[in-house]
This record gives sequence, C-alpha cells and structure tokens, in this order.
Amino acid sequence: MNQNQALFEYLLRLGDSDMILGQRLCEWVGNAPALEEEMAIGNVALDLIGQARSWLTLAAEVASAAELEAAGRSADDLAFTRDERAYRNLLIVEQANGNFADTMARQYLFDVWHYHLLSALSGSADERVAAIAAKGLKEVTYHLRRSSAWIKRLGDGTEESHARMQDAIDEIWTYSGEMFIADEVDNLLAVAGIGADLNRLRSLWQADVQALLAEATLNCPSMDEYMQRGSKQGLHTEQLGFLLAEMQFLPRAYPGASW
Amino acid sequence: MYAQLVDTGAKRLKTLEEMSPEERAFQEKIDAEIKIEPKNWMPEGYRRTLIRQISQHAHSEIVGMLPEKNWLTRAPNFKRKLQLLAKIQDEGGHGLYLYSAMETLGADRDEEVAKLHSGEVKYSSIFNYPALSWADMGTIGWLVDGAAIVNQVVLQRTSYGPYSRAMIRICKEESFHQRQGYQILLHMMQNGTDEQKAMVQDSINRFWWPAMMMFGPHDSDSPNSAQSMAWKIKRMSNDDLRQRFIDQTVPQLEFLGCTAPDPELKWNETRGHYDFGEIDWTEFYDVVKGNGPCNRDRLRTRRKAIEEGTWVREAASAYAAKQKQKNAAA
Repeated sequence: MNQNQALFEYLLRLGDSDMILGQRLCEWVGNAPALEEEMAIGNVALDLIGQARSWLTLAAEVASAAELEAAGRSADDLAFTRDERAYRNLLIVEQANGNFADTMARQYLFDVWHYHLLSALSGSADERVAAIAAKGLKEVTYHLRRSSAWIKRLGDGTEESHARMQDAIDEIWTYSGEMFIADEVDNLLAVAGIGADLNRLRSLWQADVQALLAEATLNCPSMDEYMQRGSKQGLHTEQLGFLLAEMQFLPRAYPGASW
Repeated sequence: MYAQLVDTGAKRLKTLEEMSPEERAFQEKIDAEIKIEPKNWMPEGYRRTLIRQISQHAHSEIVGMLPEKNWLTRAPNFKRKLQLLAKIQDEGGHGLYLYSAMETLGADRDEEVAKLHSGEVKYSSIFNYPALSWADMGTIGWLVDGAAIVNQVVLQRTSYGPYSRAMIRICKEESFHQRQGYQILLHMMQNGTDEQKAMVQDSINRFWWPAMMMFGPHDSDSPNSAQSMAWKIKRMSNDDLRQRFIDQTVPQLEFLGCTAPDPELKWNETRGHYDFGEIDWTEFYDVVKGNGPCNRDRLRTRRKAIEEGTWVREAASAYAAKQKQKNAAA
C-alpha cells in the first residue's frame, strides 16, 4: 500500500462516518422532543454532511491524481452509489437512533473522538487535510458541548432519564472501541505526520468520557469489555444496508440522471 | 399564505361612533399606519385574531417541515441534501420566531401547540398533500413557498409590529427557497431524462390546485376578512392575492416548458390578468376538515414527537432545578 492509497482509504473513513451520522440525524427531523432540539439536531446534521462532502471531495481528487481504482468518481458518486461493503464508516454511527438518550449516547461518544481527531488532524502534514479538519473542529467543538450537556441533563435529571441514559451508554459502548483500533492505513499515515495517533486519542477520549459520565452520575463501562469491529474492512452491522438503500435510492433508481 | 379562515369573532364592522374612546384611538392609529406594539392597548378581538393567525402561521411552518422530511433522507446528492436540510432548518426557525411574536400577545406556545394537536387550530391545507417524488421538493419550493411569499410580502405591512418584523425577515429566506425550488425543476427540465421531465409535470399537476387553495375561500365566502382588513392584520383580499400569484407564476411555468392542469388558464388582454378555472371548493373544505390525504399522519407525527419527548423535557427541567439549587447553596 502506498501513501496515496492509504490517504484515499483514510479520507473515505472520515467522510463516511460524518455522512452516515448526518443521515441518521436527518431521520430525527419532525420527531425531536422540542422545537429547539429539532433545530440543533438539524444543525449538527448539516455540519456533518458538509464535512463529509469536503472529505469525499478530497478523496475523489486524491483518487484521480494518483490514478487509483476510484479515479474519475466524484464525491457524489462515492457517497450515493458506493455499496455497503465499500463503506468505511464506524459501526457506532450506523446504529439506529433509538430514543433520545440512545441518540445522545451515540453522539457524545462519537463527538469526543471526533473532537480529538480533528484537533490532531488540524496539525496534519497534508495541508488539505489540516484545512478541512480546522474548519470542522469549530463545528465539532459545538457538537461536543451540546451532547455533553445532554448527557449531564439526562444522567442527572429524573430517575427515568437516568435509567434510560445508563441503558443507552451500556448498549452503545461495544461500538466505541473500534475508534481506536489502528491498522496499516492508520500506522502509515501516523508515521508520515498526516494521520492521527490513535493511542493518544484513546487516552484523551477515556479521560474525558470517564470524567463526564461521573459528573452525570452515570457508570462508565470498562474499555476492556468486548468491542465490536469490522468497519475498516467494510464489515458492517445489518443496520447499514437499509440506511444506504434509502439514502441512495434516486441515483440507483435513475442511473445517469442529473439532479 | 399559511393562515386560512382566521376567525375574528366580529359579525360586522363597528363605526367610529360606535367605538369606545380606547377603540377609536386604536383604530385611528391603525388608519394612520402606526404599528401596534405589545404593550399598547388593543381590542380583545384584535389580540385573539392575531394569536389565531400567527399561531396558524407558526404551526404551518412546523408541519410544513414534514413533507420535505419525507425526501430529506433520499435527496439525490450533496448539494440538494444540504439545501433541503438548510431549508427545513429555516422553517423551524420561522416557527420559533413566529411563536415568539405570538407570545408577545400573552399566548403560551405549549397551549397553542396543544390546540393544534387536538385539531382545534389548523395549519395550511397544503401540507396535507403528500410529497410523492423528488420533483415535489422543487414544486413545493416554487409553488408553495411562492404562494406564501405573495401573502407575506403584503404582511410585512401588517399592523402588529412584532408580526410585521417577523415577516420582513421571513420573506428574505422564503424568496431564497422559492428560487431554489424553481432551480430544482428547471435543472430536471433542461438536463433531465424523459422520466425526470415527466416527474416534474406530474408534480405540478398534483400541486397546482392545492397551491391555489392556499389563499383561502373567495372574498364573498370570507366573512372574517372585513374586520381583519379594517384592523390591517390582512392587507389584501384572498382573491387579489391569488390573482397576483397566478399572474407572476404562469410565465415561470411557461419558461419551465410545463403546463398547468387548468384548461381555462389564459391571458385576458382586457383585464390585464390571467383568467383561470374554478377551484374545487369541496376538496378544499374536505381537506380543511381533516380529510386530506395526510391530515391524520401529520398530526400523529407531531403529537408523537411531543409525547415521546416528555421525559426528555422533564429531565431538562429537573436538571436545571438541581443546578439552580446547587448554585444557590454555593
């Protein structure tokens, strides 16, 4: 694997996680517990899909410049026609919305990771990566502030909300470990100063999550528990196929049509 | 035009002589085009009519998010998906903004939303029609937002200050939505396949008449209009607004290369306006009464969102109370 192949793969992972979580959040539109939350969820979705577009646009550029297999495909092609096994998003983001606590647990654990990841990538040796990360970091700083606030409100709110929040954390936890499992792509780019060091991210993430869950009067599960994995090889949960079937309906039903 | 059939509670207009001194001073202010502000004296009927109209308008913004949500998760590319999401966000913002304007009249948002959910208060009939194809995202932006703008441009001069200012801001965003909607259709007509062009025409066929109905009944069947016009809550009659909308829309329709499902639609040189066919008023009143294709679904969705969110809002209040207590103790 050369550096361009690794970078292309890395950019797909970044873009796909943003895209799939953005799509999940879109499902909340019209269903949020309050109008203000309707707005906030939509704003986060807008940010994430915007970031996905930036990463996948860069991925398409890298593929074409380096004449990779995906050369000639646009960001839209990558997002709206790629099949499940070729998608590289983290398993955590494709999990169903569940109730509001489930959505917030998923969001918070992702946001902490996303925040530290983009902080690291803002100093990437690849200027294009650094620029997208720096822009995204501003948005993600807000995402994290908001999801942290909800973890505290629900964790330390009523008895019911506490129980629901704890269940949500316990249920989603098994999908959190995958965020820190490095493979050849991660190692190659970390050494080149382009990608992030996942070991460092893991300890930052752990410290933040443990502190916040404690503040929210919630129990923090152990990071040594069994963790699901597979997204870096395109091995997803059964949830993703349905999400893509919906999201990719038009380009697939009307091949060659311009919208 | 998101408020239809707003009841003023007035059977006929009072003359200046019949008015109390307060009412007369109020009416003279209205006649002099001086805006009424929240702390000014106002007749109870004026206040109630405005609450009804603004709440209907706000509810329409919120319910109006639902047909678009139906295609948000299926938008065909990044550009369209981001545009549609941003548009839906704007509508939520309009709803919030209008509820705030309504609250300056002493109404409570939660109470008014409860009236929506019980069916006591309506929202625009247009949102009871289903969004069945991607082209509907274009048609809704073009025709529905377009009809809304025609009404709202006039409402920028409405007599109640907070409502008027809300309209000024909302109009800017709505005209952007209308152009975006039109552009969706134009792109499909100019660059699309035959299937896509047929999709556009089908969408216009389905939304044309419901859009015309957005302006409400004929003036002759609109018993509340006289009082609303005298109070300058309304500034143009239903039929005049509808004519204005048709006159500005037909050239856009022709530029698209599409047709309207109205055989009587043609330019009248003498009147200087387009003539058009009669609206199916039976359908209009059926939809207003709750029998449109989506009335039940729309309300069910809204009710479910609020009901299922109860524990979330309770938790937020409980947490805020705990924090307040902690801060007071510290």
